[in-house]
Amino acid sequence: MNQKISRRKWIINGIVTAAGLSGLAVAARLAARYGLVPPDGVGVYGAGTTLTYAAQRLLTRHSLAREFPRSQISRAPFANGKPPELEAFKRAQAGGFADWRLEIDGMVAHPGSFSLSDLRNLPVRSQITQVTCEEGWSYIAEWIGTPLASVLEVAGTLPQAKFVVYYSIDKTEWWDSLDMADALHPQTLLSYGFNGGDLPVGFGGPLRLRVPRQLGYKSVKYINRLTVTDNLRAFGKGLGSAAPEGGYCWYAGI
Amino acid sequence: MPDSVYASEFGASSATQAAKVPGAAVRHTVSVRVTHWVVALSFLALLVTGIEIVISHPRFYWGEEGNVNIPPLFSIPIPASRASVPTGFNYTLPDQNGWSRSLHFQTAWVVVAAGLWYVLAGLLSGHFRRNLLPSCADLSPAKLAKVFVNHLRFRFEGDPHTYNPLQRLAYLLVVIVAFPLIIWTGLAMSPAVTSTFPFLVNVLGGHQSARTLHFIDTLFLALFLVVHVLMVCVTGFRNRMSGMITGKSVEKS
Repeated sequence: MNQKISRRKWIINGIVTAAGLSGLAVAARLAARYGLVPPDGVGVYGAGTTLTYAAQRLLTRHSLAREFPRSQISRAPFANGKPPELEAFKRAQAGGFADWRLEIDGMVAHPGSFSLSDLRNLPVRSQITQVTCEEGWSYIAEWIGTPLASVLEVAGTLPQAKFVVYYSIDKTEWWDSLDMADALHPQTLLSYGFNGGDLPVGFGGPLRLRVPRQLGYKSVKYINRLTVTDNLRAFGKGLGSAAPEGGYCWYAGI
Repeated sequence: MPDSVYASEFGASSATQAAKVPGAAVRHTVSVRVTHWVVALSFLALLVTGIEIVISHPRFYWGEEGNVNIPPLFSIPIPASRASVPTGFNYTLPDQNGWSRSLHFQTAWVVVAAGLWYVLAGLLSGHFRRNLLPSCADLSPAKLAKVFVNHLRFRFEGDPHTYNPLQRLAYLLVVIVAFPLIIWTGLAMSPAVTSTFPFLVNVLGGHQSARTLHFIDTLFLALFLVVHVLMVCVTGFRNRMSGMITGKSVEKS
């Protein structure tokens, strides 16, 4: 009696295990086909990173990050880090950033560059969102800028584009990339204004990419170049941004 | 003789089966044993990586926002892994956030899967109803006080086939309050998750409230772990470890 039950149990366990494993394999294939595997979805933490990215992408493709009333704007925002020590940046700052250019290249019909006043002539969006740092701190501010989607539209993004890579003037230190869901998201801004004024240098002025649905480190400061691509393998170590090279996740939705 | 929990592997009444086939009854079912150890290992990984993440900003706030320009609700008197945090210490610890965050979230997936398995198996097998749900009589203050005082005197008596009322309350508190709350407050800190489900963070009072509650809940779970391990040690370590590993007691009951 006991032996029979035991044999039946082993058979059932075997079937469940086999079904589970093949289910996983099918899920992995589907995830790869629908672009649900992040560029750093490899290695020891590849499974967790992929699960998080895939789950959050499926849940949040069109959702808007929380916006706040003006009364909740932080009276004590925190400007993390220091402006770049580069000579080029200091010169630009001395000139009031009048010569700051945002280059755009890669898979676009019209590669070229935008000055800050070119950007100001494109559609404007203002939003009061929270900057949430992976370290745990946060602040709420008003961000004014051009939706990245507008810049991509003017540049004529090709249909095969899958990622937008963005570089800080300090591009060896800070570069990152977004999938098209976040790149075309209405709240993803090339931000030049902050709490009603110009964006201060401490907070990323003259131009910062704001991605409010991801943690602060995706909102790279001092942006001067965009590259549209369908594949991230040729960029850096091929993990999608500088963050995974330092042990951090490319996708920072949590 | 320490009290023990007899749960039949095949769903039959445990006491009957133990009487009919001595030694065939198991103390814990396969589901309880597997999920117990998966959750135990996961909790340790989550605790260590959680501590590493807290070290980068060992200050806690209430409401939406909180940073070094805002006075904290409370802070932990340890050095930080970021030079920008004023801690009163003159040195900065190494940054371990990268791998800590990756391991924290990967383990969170494991713990959620194991938790769902445990709850589903517990409901279907009747384990929750038989062994976790306290009876009304159990909940009378006089009886609870008596069990509690006996525990403090290291006297553990009661039905050897199931949990005593204090154990039931402790396990239920972990299973239906502390564990779901730790997942909820964790998700409430995600700007992507709250873009779809803003109420997750709004009802808690804000992003920083969620973070503070996540920390307080961790303290509670860590306290539970300490008491739990202590009780295992004082009520027969070998027997209880054997029960949770092989499913059977070392000693005959």
